[in-house]
Amino acid sequence: MSDFLLEIGTEEIPHWMIPSALAQLAKLDLLGATATVDATPRRLVVRATGVPDRTPDQEQIVKGPPISAGERAIAGFATKQQIDVSVLERVGDYYQVRKQTPGRPAVEVLAERLPDAILGIQWPKTMYWVGGKTGPRFIRPIRWIVALLGTDVIRFNLEKIRTTSYRPLVPSSNVTRGHRQLGSSSIPVTIANYESELRKNFVILSSVERRKKIETESAALGAKPDPDLLETLTFITEYPTAIRGDFDPSFLALPPEVLSTVLKHHQKTFSIESAPGVLAPHFVAIMNTAADPDGWVKLGSERVIKARFNDARFFFDVDQHKKLSDRVEDLKKVTFHAKLGSYLEKTNRVVAIVKELNGGPDAERAALLCKADLTTEMVKEFTDLQGIVGGLYAKHQGENEAVSKAIYEYYKPLSMEDSIPSTLDGQIVALADKLDTLRECFRVGMAPTGSKDPFGLRRAAQGVVKILAEAKLPLHVDSLFPPDLKEFMLERVQYYFRDIRGFKYDEVNAVLKVRIPTLNVVEERLQLVAKLRGTPDFESIVLSDKRINNILRQAEFRPEDGLAVNVALLEAGPERELWKGFANDLMFRPFEDIPRLRPLIDNFFDKVMVMVDDPMLKRRRLSLLYQIRKKFLTIADFSEIVTAGEK
Amino acid sequence: MDTFQDTVFKLKRYWADRGAIIQEPYDIEVGAGTMCPETFLRVLGPKPYRVAYVQPSRRPADGRYGENPNRLYKHQQLQVILKPSPDDVIDQYLGSLAAIGIDLNKHDIKFEEDNWEAPTLGAWGIGWQVMLDGQEISQFTYFQQCGGIDLDLVPAELTYGLERISAFLQGVESVYDMQWAPGVTYREVRFADELQSSVYNFEMADVDRLRRLFDEYEAECKRLLGLYDDKSPEKRRFPVLPAYEQVLKCSNLFNLLDARGAISVTERVGVIKRVRDLAVGTAKVWADQQGADTDQAPPVRVGESTSVGLSTSVGDSTQEPGPGHVA
Repeated sequence: MSDFLLEIGTEEIPHWMIPSALAQLAKLDLLGATATVDATPRRLVVRATGVPDRTPDQEQIVKGPPISAGERAIAGFATKQQIDVSVLERVGDYYQVRKQTPGRPAVEVLAERLPDAILGIQWPKTMYWVGGKTGPRFIRPIRWIVALLGTDVIRFNLEKIRTTSYRPLVPSSNVTRGHRQLGSSSIPVTIANYESELRKNFVILSSVERRKKIETESAALGAKPDPDLLETLTFITEYPTAIRGDFDPSFLALPPEVLSTVLKHHQKTFSIESAPGVLAPHFVAIMNTAADPDGWVKLGSERVIKARFNDARFFFDVDQHKKLSDRVEDLKKVTFHAKLGSYLEKTNRVVAIVKELNGGPDAERAALLCKADLTTEMVKEFTDLQGIVGGLYAKHQGENEAVSKAIYEYYKPLSMEDSIPSTLDGQIVALADKLDTLRECFRVGMAPTGSKDPFGLRRAAQGVVKILAEAKLPLHVDSLFPPDLKEFMLERVQYYFRDIRGFKYDEVNAVLKVRIPTLNVVEERLQLVAKLRGTPDFESIVLSDKRINNILRQAEFRPEDGLAVNVALLEAGPERELWKGFANDLMFRPFEDIPRLRPLIDNFFDKVMVMVDDPMLKRRRLSLLYQIRKKFLTIADFSEIVTAGEK
Repeated sequence: MDTFQDTVFKLKRYWADRGAIIQEPYDIEVGAGTMCPETFLRVLGPKPYRVAYVQPSRRPADGRYGENPNRLYKHQQLQVILKPSPDDVIDQYLGSLAAIGIDLNKHDIKFEEDNWEAPTLGAWGIGWQVMLDGQEISQFTYFQQCGGIDLDLVPAELTYGLERISAFLQGVESVYDMQWAPGVTYREVRFADELQSSVYNFEMADVDRLRRLFDEYEAECKRLLGLYDDKSPEKRRFPVLPAYEQVLKCSNLFNLLDARGAISVTERVGVIKRVRDLAVGTAKVWADQQGADTDQAPPVRVGESTSVGLSTSVGDSTQEPGPGHVA
């Protein structure tokens, strides 16, 4: 048994791709040993203990000709197996031979396996850097590889690339590299001292430790916690160190949203608050080095932030020269999409949808103005702030609170984790904007295919579902979604209730199988089904419904074949009792009806034959079953529920 | 303290010592050093090449009448092409920062993902923006495709924003306060250009004439490309470089029209495509002409020792350095 170390040394990998690469490397086949992984932007590392030194010996039994076969056939078999006839064994009526394949040293097996494993990592975008298109592809150039099994180097090259000199590409070794500025560029290591040697050379290999270091140091300097930023910084540094910088308090007059965007997205720095929600004129920057001895890093960061804030102030002032309401016309010069016209056309459609959804005058006003910020300098510079800038400007320019708030929030929800707009006006405008995009894109045939979704239609659709469900808007699905869009939307509804809300998949299927009026109703029915599932008679009712469904399907029964049930024609006994049992009321009250119906249905199936020869009798009984199923279908298609027996 | 020109001298010396030909700025308006033939065309084909040059780069829309301390109509880029990219290219780049007086132990350097794409050139690459103490000072790109052609010898392109770097080194907040030469500020050298070009670009450029000029240069380029015969034994004489100059004219006119707000968003895509078609067309002809030369090309010596001060292999092995052989 030996320990194992693989370090893929690269140039800086984009931070957001590292976790998924590590997840892939964790599945590396190390002859049964379990891999642990870690990374910095310049190295992906796999380690394991207890890797067997050899693969096990293998014995293979090859069946030969029957004993009755002629000598020639037997000799032929032996020749083919490269053995002497004398070693053939007789088993029953046949000959066989045992062939031993000895195990191989792990170091050899891994040397063969690792190049493919490394180059097999899937990345969102890859490049080639040597050898042109015949060369290896990776996310960034691989510059060194450390591969050790115990004390041995696992020797391999990434690939023999064809150059005139046939130079092996990145031969593996036991030599790693430290931090670019602070460490040595050539450090021989053993498995035991690898991590400590890196540390001496200013590389903290453990991402957990780097995260903790950033968290602790930035908190000590007063930074407001920001999990996204923390994650980003963990994977763009090898040796993170926090410093604090300042900016001129006069910039605090700018909208805090703008300040935060500059600090977080442009400069990857943490904000500091003087009170909850109130920015202070300071920030925390995370360096990828040990110290800022002469204050250069502080100075540089402060200068960039100042320049950015100055730009923002300039944009804010310039933008006030023209009100949002005067910018709406300018939207005709901004293309929404070549096939779908300008943003002015989109604006007009969104206003129309707001009316269609019975939005009030404030929602209508917000819809009219919501795209106007696209023509502002601020949004041209800070595109992430679309909507937010519109809302801020609307307020600044004297639009009422309801209108400005609706504009401020109409982009929401930006993700499934994000909240929906907080006001009804905002919800209506958000819905109208997203619905317009969906309806129009589907109308001109731009539905997303596979992983391609350039217009973000899945996200828009998910937003629509989230708003409808969480705001409990009583809007009818059939009128919201034209037929070509409906299936796509129902998939999103299914995803939402199943993956986001955690309802069981079969319950979601059951509820969505029947026609749904609004998402409120879907939610009510899902809760109902979930509750019913805990009751003792439910499973039996589900089985009965499946049975009914099967019978109706086999009989090719169509709803129009149904006969009005005539009690007089029903056979006395289970058949008539069943009818009486549920015909008393048109409403389906499942908690009362199910326990009552269950014995009646069971009894019916025990005693009554449905598929009889007499066509009219058969049709009557099918009609009776259909009536029962129809009643269940007012809540859900119970036959979709997976019962204990089916699992 | 180094003046602006000292910093430029040092960077040129540094790259000259590493085998780069030091070219002078191209004499036609460009938006970036990438567009000069020394980059756009030289990265194509199988010949190794190393070159560095300062390129004044015009971005009409970025003009601010000389009033913004950081935004310029025309800024100076130092453009370096290392084809193929040496294994230690990042170390060489960091060495260049040390060479202009940046003590790497006292600064924060990060390489942040930033892939480059130039739709008008049919070109893209993978790389980073290099952040020095939170400020973007360079763009670092491994070219993957140029003029619609996949590159076999992947070059590294290093683009230094000279004003930003020099202003930082001099500790001034406005580029106009930088010392260009001892006792001469950047303002004295460049302010009039920034002011007057902004006035022209934003207020006075004659849109109709610019459009006509665009059409004329486009037509000339198309006419030339239509005359290329890849079977001709005389094809080395074909004026692909002059054809490419027409592309550059079109590209600059497009930028001017754009700054004037004369190109609608819908029209934009179409005009970009017109420029790209020309760029792709010239790149193809150039590559074909180069292909005819491959037999005489020296062997490609990929990734030979490129440690500091030793490597001149690429520059040396290019038999016909400089513009002479295509003239």
